[in-house]
Amino acid sequence: MKVDNKIDPKELDDFPGEETPLEYQTETGSYNIFGFWMFLGAEIVLFSTLFGTYFVLIYRTDSSIPPTEVFSMGLVLAMTFTLLTSSFTSGLAIHEMRLGNVKRMMIWIGFTLLLGLGFLGMEIYEFVEYASEGATLATSAYWSSFFLLLGTHGLHVAMGVAWFIIILIQIKMRGLNPVTANKTFIASLYWHFLDVIWIFIFTGVYLLRLVIA
Amino acid sequence: MDLDWDEFIVTGEPFILAGQIAILLTTIGIIFVLTYFKKWKWIWNEWITSVDHRKIGIMYIIASVLMMIRAGVDALMMRTQLAAPNMPFLGEAQHYNEIFTTHGTIMIIFVATPFLIGLMNVATPLQIGARDVAFPFLNNLSFWTFFWGAMLFNISFVIGGAPSAGWSAYMPLASNDLSPGPGQNFYLLGLQISGIGTLATGINLVVTIMKMRAKGMRLMRMPMFTWTTLITSLIIIGAFPILTVALGMQTFDRLWDTSFFTLQDGGMPMMWVNLFWLWGHPEVYIVILPAFGIFSEIIATFARKRLFGYTSMVFAIAAISGLSFLVWVHHFFTMGAGPMVNSFFSISTMAIAVPTGVKIFNWLATLHRGRIRFSVPMVWALGFIPNFTIGGVTGVMLAMAAADYQYHNTYFLVSHFHYVLIAGTIFACFAGTIYWWPKMFGLKLNERLGHWVFWIFMIGFNVCFFPQYFLGLDGMPRRIYTYFPEDGWFSLNFISTVGAFMMGLAFVIFVYNIYYSYRYQPRETTGDPWGGRGRTLEWATSSAVPPHYNFAKIPEVKDQDAYWQMKQEGIDPNDIEEYHDIHMPNYTGNPFIMSVFMFVGGFGLVFHWWSIAIIGAIGIFACMIQRSFSRDNGHIVPAEEVREEEAKIREVKANESGQ
Ligand code: HEM
Ligand SMILES: [Cu+2]
Repeated sequence: MKVDNKIDPKELDDFPGEETPLEYQTETGSYNIFGFWMFLGAEIVLFSTLFGTYFVLIYRTDSSIPPTEVFSMGLVLAMTFTLLTSSFTSGLAIHEMRLGNVKRMMIWIGFTLLLGLGFLGMEIYEFVEYASEGATLATSAYWSSFFLLLGTHGLHVAMGVAWFIIILIQIKMRGLNPVTANKTFIASLYWHFLDVIWIFIFTGVYLLRLVIA
Repeated sequence: MDLDWDEFIVTGEPFILAGQIAILLTTIGIIFVLTYFKKWKWIWNEWITSVDHRKIGIMYIIASVLMMIRAGVDALMMRTQLAAPNMPFLGEAQHYNEIFTTHGTIMIIFVATPFLIGLMNVATPLQIGARDVAFPFLNNLSFWTFFWGAMLFNISFVIGGAPSAGWSAYMPLASNDLSPGPGQNFYLLGLQISGIGTLATGINLVVTIMKMRAKGMRLMRMPMFTWTTLITSLIIIGAFPILTVALGMQTFDRLWDTSFFTLQDGGMPMMWVNLFWLWGHPEVYIVILPAFGIFSEIIATFARKRLFGYTSMVFAIAAISGLSFLVWVHHFFTMGAGPMVNSFFSISTMAIAVPTGVKIFNWLATLHRGRIRFSVPMVWALGFIPNFTIGGVTGVMLAMAAADYQYHNTYFLVSHFHYVLIAGTIFACFAGTIYWWPKMFGLKLNERLGHWVFWIFMIGFNVCFFPQYFLGLDGMPRRIYTYFPEDGWFSLNFISTVGAFMMGLAFVIFVYNIYYSYRYQPRETTGDPWGGRGRTLEWATSSAVPPHYNFAKIPEVKDQDAYWQMKQEGIDPNDIEEYHDIHMPNYTGNPFIMSVFMFVGGFGLVFHWWSIAIIGAIGIFACMIQRSFSRDNGHIVPAEEVREEEAKIREVKANESGQ
C-alpha cells in the first residue's frame, strides 16, 4: 500500500472550479485555513495570558528602574509604523496573488520581509538599550513580564520572517499553485495577527505608560 | 551546571536501583525481541511512521497503559507507606514527596488525557464517517511529542532526581531555593513538550469534526462521544496555552532568574496558583467530558435504546465546558481571597452540579425499560453512575467555601478527586477500550475475566477511597508521609491500603486478559460485535478491523443513530455497486525525529547544557523546513484494490457465519 504517487494537487479531491480562490481550491487547503484559525484562537489565549501577567505585575518594578525612565517613544513609533506598513504590504501581496500576478506578489512579500526585519532590528536595538540602562529580564517582576511579552511577540515575528522566506523559495521553485497559494495566504493571516497583537502592545504597554506613568 | 556522574545518575536508593534495573531489562528485552523477530523495519514502517488514526490511537492507549503501571506502582508504594503508623518503608519525606508528585502528574497528564485522546483517535473519525483526521501528519506529531515529553518526565527518576513539589507545582516551593536540582525542570519541560501535542490534537479534532462529517450528519445528529470530543477539543484550545505560558514563566524563573513568581523583586507566587488552576480546572473537564461521551454510547447500546434527552445532553456538556473556566478559585478558597470572591466561586462551582445532574438523570432514563445486556463495557458504565455521584456530591460539599476550611488539604479532598477521576475517567478508559477493542484488534476481550476485573476493581476502589472521606473529616492532612499511633488513623488507613492492592490485582488480571484473549478468543468478523446492537457508524464499517481507508464508500446519514436506522430499514452500507479511488496520506518519519529533537533540547535545558539545547532547536527547525519543502500528496488506493479487499472481507464473514 505504500506507493508514493506524486499527484498534481489540482487533481486531488473535488476541484471546486476557477471562481474559488486558489488557496481554497483543494480540500486540504481549506482544512489548513480553518485549522489555522483554530490555532490563532490558541494564540489569542496565549497572548491574553501574557497580557494578563503584564497587567498584574505592572507596578511591580520593585527597586529597579521604572519604565517611564527608559521607554523611548520615538523608536516605538517607528516600530509601530514599520510593522503596520508590513501588514499592508502583505495584504497587497495577497491581492496580487488573487489576480495571478506572481511577480508582483513576490515583490510585495519581499517588502513585507524587509519591513519585518527592520522591525526586529529596532526591537533588538531597543532591548539592548534598555539593558544598558539596567532593565533586563532578571531585574524585577515588571521587567520580566515586559520582556516576556515583547520577546514572545518578537519571536513570533522572527518565525514569520523565516516562514515567508521559505514560502518565497517555494514559489520561486514551483510557481503559484493551490499549495503555495494556501501557504502564502496562511502566512499572511499570521502576519496580520502579529500586527493586531502589536497594536495591543503599543497601547497597553507603551501608551498606557504616558497616561498612568 | 557541573555534575559528577554519581550526581547525574541517581544512586543509593534500593527503589531507584530496582527502577534502573527494570528500565535496563525492559530496554534490553525490547531490543532483543525486535531484533530476534526481525521486527525493526516493521515497527518503523507500520507503527512509528503511521498516520493512520486507529494505529495512532492504539499507540496512545498502549503508552498510557504503560504510564498507568508506572504511576500505579507509585500509588501502591504510597499506600504501603501509609498502611500503618511510623512505617519505615520509604525512609524519608523527600522520597514520599517525589512519589506523590510523579504519581499525580503522570496520572493526569500522561494517563488520563492521552488515554482519552487515544480513544478519540480510534472512534471519532469512524463515528463521523471520515477516512482519517484532518491533519494526519500533525496527528502523528501529537503522539510523539506526548510520548517524548512523557519520557523526559520519567527519566527524572533515575537521572538527576525527580520533582517533588506536587503535581500543582506551587511557587515558591518549586523554586530553585526550595526545589534545588534538576527535578522540577524535568516537570516543566516534560509537560511543555507533551502539551504541544495535546494542543495540536485539539485543533486537529475540531477541524476533523467540523469539516469531515459524512453526508447528512448534521451537528445535532452526531454521536454523543463525538460531541464530547468536539467540546473537549475546544476546551483544550482555550486552556492549554495558559499552561504553556505558566510553565514557560516558571521555567524562566528557574533557568534565567526572572521574578514572575519569586518572593523577592516583586514577583507574585499567587499568580502561579491562579494560572495553574485557570488551566487545571478546565483540564479536569478535559478528562471527564469524553468519559461522559463514552458512557452515553455504551448505555444506549447495551440498553438497546436511543439515548434519552440527546439535546439536553449536548447543552449540558456545553454548559459544563463554559463553567469550567469560571470556577478555578475553588482550589484555593483558604488562601485569603476574601468573602466576595469566595462566594462567587463557590456558587459558580455548585452550578456545575446542575448540568451534571441533568446528564445523570438522562442516563438513568435511558436505562429505564431498556433491554439491558450486562456485557463488560456496560457494567463499567453502570458502576460509574453511583460512584461518580458520590464524587460529585462531595465536590459540592467542598464547594461550600466556609466548610472547605475544614476539608481543604485533607484526605476528604483526596477521596473526592479520586471518586471523580477514577469512577469517571478511568472507568471510562476501561469501558471504552473494551467496547472498541473489536474495532482495534478484531476480537473481543474475554467476558468472564472482564467481569472479574470489574468486580475486584470496583470493590477495591471503594474499599480504598471511601474510608478516606472519614480520615479527612478526622483531620488527616494530605501529602504527609507518616503519622503516629496516637492520631488514631491506623485502621482506616490499613483498610484503604488493602483496597489499593485489590485494584492492583484487578489491573494485573486485566493485562492477563489481553494476553488470554489474544490467544483464545474467536476473531470478530461481523463488524457489529455487541450482539448486533451497534447504533453509530463505527459499527457499520465493512469488517471488525476495517482496512486503512475505514469506509469503502462513505455512508449517508439519516438519523442520530445512523447505523441503527440502516439496520431497521434493511440497508447494508457495505453493499456497494461502484467502487471509487480513495486518496490516503503517506506515512512519515519526520514527526518522530522532530519529537526526539524536542526531547534532546528539553534534556539540555533541564541541565542547563546550552549546546545540547541548541542542537535540539536546530533539529526541530530542520524537521520543520524539511516538512515544508516536502511534496507529499499521499497516494491513491485504486478502486480495483478496494473491491478486492472488500471481497476478501465478505468471504471471511460468509465462512464464519456458515460454520
Ligand atoms: C460536581 C462536580 C465537582 C465539584 C463541585 C468539584 C469541586 C471541587 C472543589 C471545590 C475542589 C477543591 C477542594 C479543596 O482544595 O479543598 C476540588 C478539587 C479537585 N477536583 Fe473536583 N469537583 C467536581 C468534579 C470534578 C471532576 C469531574 C474532576 C476530574 C475529573 C475533579 C477533579 C478534582 C481534582 C483533581 C481536585 C484536586 C486538585 C488538587 O490537587 O488540589 N473534580 N473539586
Ligand atoms: Cu476545580
